[in-house]
Amino acid sequence: MQEQRTIEEIEQEIVEDFSLFDSWDDKYEYIIDLGKKLPPLEEQFKIDENKVRGCQSTVWLAADFRDGRIFYKADSDAVIVKGLISMLIRVLSGQTPDAIVTAKLNFINEIGMTSHLAQTRSNGLLAMVKQMKNYALAFKVKEAAENKM
Amino acid sequence: MINDTLPIETAYDVQAIRRHFPALSREVKGKSLVYFDNAATTQKPQAVIDALVNYYSSYNANIHRGIHTLAEEATAAFESTRDAVQAFINAPSRDQIIFTSGCTEGINLVAQTWGRQNIQAGDEVIVSNMEHHSNIVPWYLVCQEKGASLKVIPIDENGELILDGFDEMLTERTKFVSVVHVSNALGTINPVKAIIEKAHKVGAKVLVDGAQSTVHMDVDVQDLDADFFVFSSHKVYGPTGVGALYGKRELLESMPPYQGGGEMIKEVYFNNITYNDLPYKFEAGTPNIADTIAFKAALEFTKGIGKEAIRQHENKLLAYATGALKEIPGLRIIGTAKNKISVISFVIENVHPQDLGILLDNRGIAVRTGHHCAQPLMDCYRIPGTTRASFAMYNTKEEVDALIAGLHKAVKLLV
Repeated sequence: MQEQRTIEEIEQEIVEDFSLFDSWDDKYEYIIDLGKKLPPLEEQFKIDENKVRGCQSTVWLAADFRDGRIFYKADSDAVIVKGLISMLIRVLSGQTPDAIVTAKLNFINEIGMTSHLAQTRSNGLLAMVKQMKNYALAFKVKEAAENKM
Repeated sequence: MINDTLPIETAYDVQAIRRHFPALSREVKGKSLVYFDNAATTQKPQAVIDALVNYYSSYNANIHRGIHTLAEEATAAFESTRDAVQAFINAPSRDQIIFTSGCTEGINLVAQTWGRQNIQAGDEVIVSNMEHHSNIVPWYLVCQEKGASLKVIPIDENGELILDGFDEMLTERTKFVSVVHVSNALGTINPVKAIIEKAHKVGAKVLVDGAQSTVHMDVDVQDLDADFFVFSSHKVYGPTGVGALYGKRELLESMPPYQGGGEMIKEVYFNNITYNDLPYKFEAGTPNIADTIAFKAALEFTKGIGKEAIRQHENKLLAYATGALKEIPGLRIIGTAKNKISVISFVIENVHPQDLGILLDNRGIAVRTGHHCAQPLMDCYRIPGTTRASFAMYNTKEEVDALIAGLHKAVKLLV
């Protein structure tokens, strides 16, 4: 089995990818491309419980806990958000609940996408990061309870 | 001081007008700002900014009660805005102009006073399918409380009200009609004069929401025979946080107070309170003095340019942009009424409005995306939202060209 790299290592990789772009147009082109390539979420997961509410665009997020690690699947009706989701999944999916809960996700700032986490964007991305961490917390609690038994 | 007299020009000199708006000369993401979110709020001319600064730096004082010079100057400036508003919408008298924090408060004031006093169980209130949430929720609340029902005037595919539908709704149960003059999401100019006439025949009162109309059109509340009319300063080149409510005298006099506090009373005893005369009965507490004073500067500035000249300029932009947008593959304009102000809402096949908004912002172009606080309207078109470009007195043909170029580029990336 391939060794799982740390959150920081993957973040660094993304920051390096972005350092190749010298214009915002190129950055967005890349993010849109990521968004288009993200496999669509199966319809059975596009349910209200998986909806992360944003004012303008919708995000669906599902999580699966296997062998102490969390695997995320997500989708959005807006492609730039989907591109950003794709990066978040790349960074957080397959990590342990502990690592996810404490992840700082500085790469978003370093690649210049902080504004997408701002309240004004209302795109559900901020809510999605929170939801990803909530899943990690929930699985952590569940795991601890099971270990006690 | 505030009086920034403009040179009288025969031709509409948009570049000269732009120089009055400092924010228009800034850059966004390294590009010249193209500000097309005017239906949300307009930029402010220097005269308005100066009026604000001048008040705070030279005659800041609380109004109406102080007998010192600063209080007198501030009171005079504040009250002269009331005269300016009266003239702007041709109200019969200054004491029928009530300052509010904006349209939303104006509508809530009428709903909570006239509405709660007069609407009973079984009564009906009519709004339209193109209302802003601020002209739905206040009436929904009163209807819920009183056991009255909310009726909705339908619209057709062009975004025009179906007046036959309205005629059928009007009965002796109709107590109130609250309708938008111009749709914020579609730009449709509604035939409010005809609506008022019809509503009056069954004895209903009518509020006209002038949030979007007052900046673009000549408004004459007496000619309309409106019972109530609301508009906001910040959509007419003035500061945020202030607006005006006009009401017919006998209605305003019959209404109970909205909020209690200083200013709105004549005499206060613990067992008996007498209320102040109009308009002060509805203006509890220290008002928004600075913004109200600067509101006048905005109205004078707009008058100085000339509403007719502004309208002609904006109509030219609307026609030009409407034609140019049709070249964008997959684009559909939402709101194709015959009578429109300079607002264009559109959707593009397979493109989410939010993505468009982000990519346009990246080129310094500010548009609005989303449901425009008019979810029932979006549901009617079965779309989650639109991208909206709205033009003001200072926008140019070159800016429309920048939007079109930005859209071509965005569509290429997104589709």
